Amino acid sequence: MRAATAFAVFITIATGLLMLGSYFFSPLIFIRTLFLNWAIILAGSATLVGFINLILVHTDKVRRNEKGSVYSALLVISLAVTFLAGFVLRPDHIIMKAILAGIIIPAEAALMGILSVSLLYAAIRLLRRRMDLTSIIFLITAALLFLGSVTIPFFGEIPVINTFAHWVTQVGALGGARGILIGVGLGTLTTSLRVLFGVDRPYGGN
Amino acid sequence: MTLLDLAIIIFSAFLLLVITLWKRKSPAKLREIPALTQLYRTLGLSVEEGTRLHISLGHSGLLNASAGSALAGLALLRQIAERTSASDRPSVASAGDPLLGLLAQDTLQAGYQAAGVEELYLPSTGRVTGLSPFGFAAGAMHISQNENVSTNIMIGHFGPEAALLTEVSDRENVPVIGASDDLAGQAVLFAYTQDALIGEELFAAAAYFDAGPMHVASLVVQDILRWLVILVLLGGAMIRTAQFLGLL
Repeated sequence: MRAATAFAVFITIATGLLMLGSYFFSPLIFIRTLFLNWAIILAGSATLVGFINLILVHTDKVRRNEKGSVYSALLVISLAVTFLAGFVLRPDHIIMKAILAGIIIPAEAALMGILSVSLLYAAIRLLRRRMDLTSIIFLITAALLFLGSVTIPFFGEIPVINTFAHWVTQVGALGGARGILIGVGLGTLTTSLRVLFGVDRPYGGN
Repeated sequence: MTLLDLAIIIFSAFLLLVITLWKRKSPAKLREIPALTQLYRTLGLSVEEGTRLHISLGHSGLLNASAGSALAGLALLRQIAERTSASDRPSVASAGDPLLGLLAQDTLQAGYQAAGVEELYLPSTGRVTGLSPFGFAAGAMHISQNENVSTNIMIGHFGPEAALLTEVSDRENVPVIGASDDLAGQAVLFAYTQDALIGEELFAAAAYFDAGPMHVASLVVQDILRWLVILVLLGGAMIRTAQFLGLL
């Protein structure tokens, strides 16, 4: 192991153990606060690095005239304009607020709209893609939950389906979701332990 | 946090170490997960056909509860980078968080180093495509559509926005292998992909790619802890029932 990697591993393990210890031994809380503040500053710096990475990748695409380079050019121009405007005018300026409220939020809302149509389309195509018992249960449950959440004009809620939908969301789905989340929690625990043991080293080194 | 939590962590760490030592001597026997079998096949085909893999790591930060899924994604990325480093078109990793983007670059470089071809590594193959979930998905869609991608591998923290990326892949006839720690993301991936990875299968991926005995030991530890959780839940339910019936 190279000296630099060994040093990085040592720093990671020591920091991880101190952070973990701070949750159990109150005298170490100040270390957690200190490290978290450092991490927040580093995350802010990483955002700038990510910003530069995004610009480099897309200017390179424009330079090489690759497929979709028009979108890359559009992205670089809008990124540069927004960044400069934010830098000069500050984020609280009316123009910056207008960019947020008039472009970014509506664009994300439009993507959300597309999402609902995409999901409906996926549900329709699910049985063509995979015809098995779990897919059938998935589709029937989704359809019944939709029916259970609507009311019929002049009649009100659909009695049996509404009760069924309530049972599914409060018992069946909730139990399943908790089971999945317990599994995810256990996976997170063992992944974190591997990082603490220095086996998983996403910060580089073999 | 209580001392019980600390005891659970120490017990898990001890189990992990002991089982790792045991797994070093005996070969791993893992149950078949169709999505991971398909992924294994895809890696070989990608190198042979000179196509590109797109590994999307989601938009999890490293300072929140979903960091575990990001680390699991990076562990798989490390294996994929090592196996596809000799391909004509190198694999591309996208992330929706700047720190995750930096780690993706480091991980890709480590994979190239391990394969002995560090000079082929391009920093532009690890990218931050956006900082919000939808911004990230839009940037990842751009890679999928325009960079001769043969398979999209989505592993990490994805919410409903995963549908945008899977929809584009569907239109381009690009297979998707997906895993998320988010319930909404899992539902979307289940509906869109041929074989979705559900729940903790996300954390098993690296173990199926010979990442080392500790990865295999992690799966055994998870199984042991899961059985303990089941026993505690059943025991708790039985005690409550007995109390309700007046037996205790």
